[in-house]
Amino acid sequence: MQFLQPHSWREALEARAAHPGARPIFGGTDVMVDLNFGRKRPETVIDLTRVPEIREWNREDGLLRIGAGVTYTRAITELGNLLPGLAMASRTVGSPQIRNRGTIGGNLGSASPAGDALPPLYASHAVIEVASTRGTRRIPVGQFIIGPKRNVLEPDELIIAFIMPEAEGPQQYAKIGTRNAMVIAVCSFGLALHPESRSVGACIGSAGPTPIQPRDAENFIEDVIEEHDLWESRAEIPASALDRFGVLASEAAMPIDDVRGSADYRRHAVGVLARRTLTWAWNEHRGVAG
Amino acid sequence: MTTTPTRTRPSASRTRGGIGESVGRPDGVPKVKGEFEYSSDLHVEGMLWGATLRSPHPHANIRSIYTSDAEAMAGVFAVLTHEDVPGRKVYGMEIPDQPVLAWEKVRYQGEAVALVAADHPETARLALGKIRVDYEVLEPVTDAETAMSEDAPKLHLSGNELRRVDVRHGDPEAAAEVVVEGEYEVGMQDQAFLGPESGLAIPDGEGGVDLYISTQWLHVDQDQVAESLDLPPEMVRLTLSGVGGAFGGREDLSMQIHACMLALHTSRPVKMVYGREESFHGHVHRHPAKMRYEHGATRDGKLTYVKANLIFDGGAYASSSNAVCLNAATFACGPYDVPNARIESHMLYTNNPPCGAMRGFGAVQVCFAHEAQMDKLAEKLGMDPVDLRLKNAIEPGMKFPFGQEVPYPAPVREILGRVREIPMPDEQEAMGRDLRELPGGVSNTTHGEGVRRGVGYAVGFKNIGFSAGFDDYSTARISLSIEDGEPVVRVYTAAAEVGQGLVMVQAQIARTELGVENVVVEAADTRTGSAGSTSASRQSYVTGAAVKEACEKVRERIFELVRDEFGESDELAIEDGNIISDGREIAPLMEILDDGEISEIVEFHHRATHPLDENGQGDAHFQFAFAAHRAVVEVDVELGLVRVVEIATTQDVGKVINPKALEGQIEGGIAQGLGLALMEEIRIQDGEIQNASFTDYLIPTILDMPPVKMEILELADPEAPYGLKGVGEPPTIASTPAIVAALRNATAMELGRIPVRPEHIIGIPKKPPDELPQPESSRYSGIGRLEDRRET
Ligand SMILES: Cc1cc2nc3c(=O)[nH]c(=O)nc-3n(C[C@H](O)[C@H](O)[C@H](O)COP(=O)(O)OP(=O)(O)OC[C@H]3O[C@@H](n4cnc5c(N)ncnc54)[C@H](O)[C@@H]3O)c2cc1C
Repeated sequence: MQFLQPHSWREALEARAAHPGARPIFGGTDVMVDLNFGRKRPETVIDLTRVPEIREWNREDGLLRIGAGVTYTRAITELGNLLPGLAMASRTVGSPQIRNRGTIGGNLGSASPAGDALPPLYASHAVIEVASTRGTRRIPVGQFIIGPKRNVLEPDELIIAFIMPEAEGPQQYAKIGTRNAMVIAVCSFGLALHPESRSVGACIGSAGPTPIQPRDAENFIEDVIEEHDLWESRAEIPASALDRFGVLASEAAMPIDDVRGSADYRRHAVGVLARRTLTWAWNEHRGVAG
Repeated sequence: MTTTPTRTRPSASRTRGGIGESVGRPDGVPKVKGEFEYSSDLHVEGMLWGATLRSPHPHANIRSIYTSDAEAMAGVFAVLTHEDVPGRKVYGMEIPDQPVLAWEKVRYQGEAVALVAADHPETARLALGKIRVDYEVLEPVTDAETAMSEDAPKLHLSGNELRRVDVRHGDPEAAAEVVVEGEYEVGMQDQAFLGPESGLAIPDGEGGVDLYISTQWLHVDQDQVAESLDLPPEMVRLTLSGVGGAFGGREDLSMQIHACMLALHTSRPVKMVYGREESFHGHVHRHPAKMRYEHGATRDGKLTYVKANLIFDGGAYASSSNAVCLNAATFACGPYDVPNARIESHMLYTNNPPCGAMRGFGAVQVCFAHEAQMDKLAEKLGMDPVDLRLKNAIEPGMKFPFGQEVPYPAPVREILGRVREIPMPDEQEAMGRDLRELPGGVSNTTHGEGVRRGVGYAVGFKNIGFSAGFDDYSTARISLSIEDGEPVVRVYTAAAEVGQGLVMVQAQIARTELGVENVVVEAADTRTGSAGSTSASRQSYVTGAAVKEACEKVRERIFELVRDEFGESDELAIEDGNIISDGREIAPLMEILDDGEISEIVEFHHRATHPLDENGQGDAHFQFAFAAHRAVVEVDVELGLVRVVEIATTQDVGKVINPKALEGQIEGGIAQGLGLALMEEIRIQDGEIQNASFTDYLIPTILDMPPVKMEILELADPEAPYGLKGVGEPPTIASTPAIVAALRNATAMELGRIPVRPEHIIGIPKKPPDELPQPESSRYSGIGRLEDRRET
C-alpha cells in the first residue's frame, strides 16, 4: 500500500488526479475501520492531515466556510455559538477520541445515512465545495449525497469545505441510540429555525438511504407559523400543529429493519423527535426554557 | 461499600497487605498505561503467523478442500486441514464432539476448517482466500424448539437433545389457589472480553511444544491439546500469558491446538491472534433460553408449586452445556421454599454458534424468569413484591427442590430486607435537568418529556465451584526462603488470573498466614498441578484454600524449627518476618531459615458433590452465594430509552478478602447484568451472526452505568477458607431481572424478553403510536390537512 502525504492543497489535488483509485484519509475513523475489517484495501492512501487549507474555517460573503478537516471537537469548541445544531450533533459522535480525530469532511466522504453531522447541514442548506485539478464546484448537500454511502464525488475530486449560514435562530439535534454514548444513530433529527427567511429546516437521519428533508413537514409548519403570524408574535405553536409536524416527519422517513432497530420503531421515533426538537427550538425562539 | 461484620475473628497477623485490605493490582498501572503485555502482544524472532479459515455456512457438507494454491504462495509455510491433526480429531471439555478442523460437515458459521502459517499476517490472510472449500449447503436448524421436533435433521449421531434434566419434587399434581403463568426469553449474550483469543506456540525441537496462552484453565487445555497432538501431556507445556478478560469465554479451546499444530508442522514459533469479528465466532456465548413458567400459591402468598419448562439453545457443539442445563434445573425455582416442583431443562444442539460458560452459568436465565414470576404473583395477590419474596425465602435447614439441604449461611431474608432499607436516590424534577441525567443522555432526546421512574427488586443465587460429582480441586506450592537478607514467599499455582484479582488474594493469604510481606505470585504454568478453572466464582475458595493450607504447612515446619531451637511451647505466630511467642519477638525468620528453603505442596479438594438422580435429586453443589438487587430506572415512555439511575445491592460474601477488588467485581458484574437487560445480544439470523463487532454488539459505557450502592454481609461459611464465598457471579444474576422489574414498574409493559429493546418498551409493533393524531382525529382537524391548506 502506497501512502501519500501532500503538504498543500495543490499537491493533494495532483496526487488525487494521479491516483484515481486512491482513498483520501483524514481522521481515519472510517477508513481505518474498513481497512481493519478487510472491507476495503486501497492501493494508495492520501493523507490530507498535512494540508493546512482544509483545516481552516472563515467567513466568506456573510457565510461560514468550514474546511473539510475540521474535527467534531473543534466544531463544538470553535463553532458552538455559530452553528449550535452542528455542535449538538458533534457532541453525540462517538467518544472524545473519535471527536478529536473524526471530521465533518470525513462524514461527508463516508455519506452514511447515519452520519451525525449531516442533518444539521441539510437543515441549514449547506453547500459542499469540491475540487479537482480541473476546477471547483459547489453542490447543495442534498444533491451531494445520493445514496447509502454514496456521494457525487468524482474519482479525481476532494472535498475542500462546506459553506453554510451562521445560525440566525435556534437549532436542535436529537439522536436515538440504544446506549447513551458511542452509538450509531438508530435515527436522528436535525432542525433549524430561520426567522429571517421565515423558514424551518429539518432533516431526518438514519431512517432512509440518505438523510431526508421532510419537505411536507417543513412546509406545513412554515404555513402554520405564517398563518398565525408566530414569527413576530412569538406565541406558542398549537400542540396539534406540533403533533402534525411529527406525523409528517415520520411519514417522510423511509426506514428499514436492521440490527439497530425496527423500521416501525424508527418511523415512530422520528415523529417524536421532530415534535420535541421543534418544541424546544420554538420555546427558545419565544425565550422560554424547555 | 458498607460491610456488616457479623462475626469477629482474631486477625491472624498484623503483616501489611494481608486479607481484608484493599491491596492494589500489580498489573493495574501497566494496564492503564497500555504497557501490560497481553497474549496478543507476544513476540519472538522468526515467528510465523497463523490464521484460520472458517465456514461461511451454518450447516453444510464439505465435499472437498483444495489447498494447493494457498500452499504455493510465497511466504506460506503450512496449510493444514483435518488430515493433519496428529491425534484425536475432536475436542471438548465435557463431551469431545467438536472437530479440531472440520471434516465432512460444518455445523455452525465460523467453524474452523483449515489453517495457514505464513511469515506475515497479511500473507496468511490472503492465503486463506486461496483455499477452496467445496460446500454442499444444507438447511440449518436455527432454533432449539425446531431441533426438538421428530423430523428435524439430526446434527449429531446422538441426536439433537444434548442433555435433559428433570427435577421432580413433592406432589406433581399439587393445585393452588392462585396461579400465574409466563413465557420468558433470553437472547444470546457475549462475554465481550476485550483481549481477543491469542497465543504463541514454540516448538521445543524435541517433538514437544510450549504454548503461551490466554485461558481460564491451563490443565484442561493441556489435556485436550496433548490428545489432539498425540503427545503425552508433559510434552505440551502451557504458560499463562496476559489475559484480557474471560467471563467464561475462555474455558473452551480456541486457537490452542491450531497454533501448536502449525508450530510442530513448521518447526517455527507460531503466533495466532483473532480479530474482533473472528473473536465473536471464535468463542462460545451465553445460552439463549425460552422458558415457560407456572407458579401456584396460596391466597396469602405462600408458594405451592413451580412448574417450568426450560429450553436452551446449545448451538453446534457441547462445550459446557451439560453443566449449564443442570444448573438451570437446580436454580429454576429461585432461592425460595417451594414444596412442589416439576422442572424440565432441555439442552439442544442447533446450527447456531456454540454456547457455553458465561458468568452466571445457567442461573442468569432462570433468575430472569423466576423473578418476573414472583413479581407477577405479587401483583396478582396484591402484595408488595419484596414481602412476597420474604415470605417465601429459603432458609438453612430447608430443602432445595433438588433435594439438597440448604446449608448455612443462606441469608435470602437478610439481603432482601437490607436492600430495601438502602436509601433511595433523590428524584429531581425531570424537566430542565442536565442532559446526562436523562434517558438518552447528551443525545438530547428528551428534556424531561415522557420520563417516568420505576423501581424493581430481584434476588438470585448460584453454586460456587464445580458440581454434581466433579472432583474440583486445586494445587498450590508455597516456598519460603531468604533472598538478599529478606524472607520471601513464592506462590506457585496454575490458577489463571483473568482480571478478577486472584493474584492479590493469593498474596494476601500468604502474607496473613506466613507473616511475610514480600510475597511473589509466580506466573501460572502447568509445572504446578491443576488449579481447576477460573470460573464458577471458585478460585478464591479452592485455590485460596490450597494456598492457605500450604502456607499453614510451611508455617508448622517453621514452628517445629523454632521449638527445636528455642524449646518454646507457647502459641507461636509470625508477624512482619519475626517469630512471636506470647506477644514477644523471639527471633527473626532469617535466623531460623538460614539459607534453607521450606516448600510445601497441597492439593485441596472441597467437600464431595454428587450427580442428580433420575428425579433430579442430589447433593449437587457445595456452596451457594446469594445477592439481591434494587434497580431504579427512568424510562422515556415515548421513545423507550432508559437511564438506570442507581443499583443498590446486598451480597453475602462470607468474608471480604479485598474490599476494592470486591467492589470491582460487584460493579463489573452489575454492568454485565445491565448489558443483558438493555442491550447485549448477538443477533442471529438463519444461523449467521449479524453483529460480530463492537459497532453493533453494544456493551454499557460509563455513561450507561449508574452508581452502585452496596452493602456486604460477612456470614462465614464454616467450611470455606476464612468463611469466604465466591463473589464474581452473583452480581450478574439478579441485577438483570431487577432492572427489567423496574422497567415494568415504570411502563406497565410485560417485557418477557431480554435484552429489552426500545420498541418493546413502547409496544411497537404490537401497538401503533397512538399519541400522534391521525388525519381524521379531532386534534388534527383544528389544523386541517396539508393539501387543503396549500390550496388556500
Ligand atoms: C468508535 C467509532 C465511533 C463512531 N461514532 C460515530 C458517530 O457517533 N456518529 C457518526 O456520524 N460517525 C461516527 N463514527 C464514524 C466516523 O467517525 C465519522 O464518519 C467521521 O466523521 C469520519 O471522519 P474522518 O475524518 O475520520 O474520516 P476518514 O475515515 O478519514 O474518511 C472517511 C471517508 O471520507 C473520505 N474523505 C475524508 N476526507 C476527505 C476529503 N477531504 N475529500 C474527499 N474524501 C474524503 C475518505 O476517503 C473516506 O471515504 C464513528 C467511528 C468510530 C470508529
